[in-house]
Amino acid sequence: MHLNWRYLGLVFLGGTVGTALREVLGLVLPPIDLAGVHLPLTTLGINLFGALLLGLLLEALVRLGHDAGGRRTARLLLGTGLLGGFTTYSALATDSALLLHGGAIGLAIAYALGTVLLGGLATWLGIVLGAALHRRGESSRGENG
Amino acid sequence: MTPLLFLGIAAAGGVGASARLFLDGFVRTRLGGAFPYGTTIINVSGSLLLGLVTGLAMNLLLMPEWSLVLGVGLLGGYTTFSTASFETVRLAQAHRYLAALVNGVGMLAASVLAAALGLWAGLALG
Repeated sequence: MHLNWRYLGLVFLGGTVGTALREVLGLVLPPIDLAGVHLPLTTLGINLFGALLLGLLLEALVRLGHDAGGRRTARLLLGTGLLGGFTTYSALATDSALLLHGGAIGLAIAYALGTVLLGGLATWLGIVLGAALHRRGESSRGENG
Repeated sequence: MTPLLFLGIAAAGGVGASARLFLDGFVRTRLGGAFPYGTTIINVSGSLLLGLVTGLAMNLLLMPEWSLVLGVGLLGGYTTFSTASFETVRLAQAHRYLAALVNGVGMLAASVLAAALGLWAGLALG
C-alpha cells in the first residue's frame, strides 16, 4: 500500500493544493500580535475547519461502502492529501513552544489544549454531519426510486 | 512572495504529505493498526524538525525562503492535525478512552516538547 505510486501521486496532488490553501490563508490573515504576544488564530481556524471536513468526508465514505475504487481515490486525494496537507500539527506544536519560550505559559497551554479539544469536537460534528448527509442521500434515492 | 516561492512551498507540502502516507503505511505493516502509531511518530518528528527550522531561522542560519519551503511547506504537509483528531475520536467511539487520551493529549505534550527541543537546538547552534 505505502509503495503504490498512484496512491503517492494522489496524496502529492492533494497535499500540494492543501498546503497552497493554508499558505494563502496565512498570507491573507497573518497571525495577530497582541501586546507582543503572537496569536496563531489562522492556524487554529485551519485546523478546526480541516478536522470538521475530514470527519465529514471519512464518515460519508465509510457509509457509502468499503475502501476501494473511487472511494479510496477520494480518501487519498481529499482526505490524506488535501485535508492532511491543509491542517498542520508541527505549527501547532512550534507556536505553542514559542509561546512557552516567550513566557506566555497560560496562553500556550490554552492554545495547545484548546486546539486539541475543539478539534475533537469539530471532528465529531463532521462525523455527525457526514452520517446525516448520507441518510438524506439514501432517503431521497428511496423516494425517487 | 514570488510565484516560484509560492509553488515551491506548495509542492514541498505535497512531498511532505506523500512522505506521511509512506511512513504511516510502513509503521502500520510493522506495528499493526490497533493504535495509530504512524501519525504520532509523524507529528512528533515533524514538530522536532519545525522547532529546529524555526530556531535556525531566528538565528539567521537559514534563509527565510528556505525556512518557508521547509517549515510551511514540507513539514506543514508532512504533519497533520485532522487525521490525528479523527483517529482520537474513532478511539473514543470504540470506548478506548485511555488510548484516545494518549493519542490526543499525549501526542500534543510530546510534540510541544519535541518542538521546544528543536527550537532550543536551533537557537543554541548560533
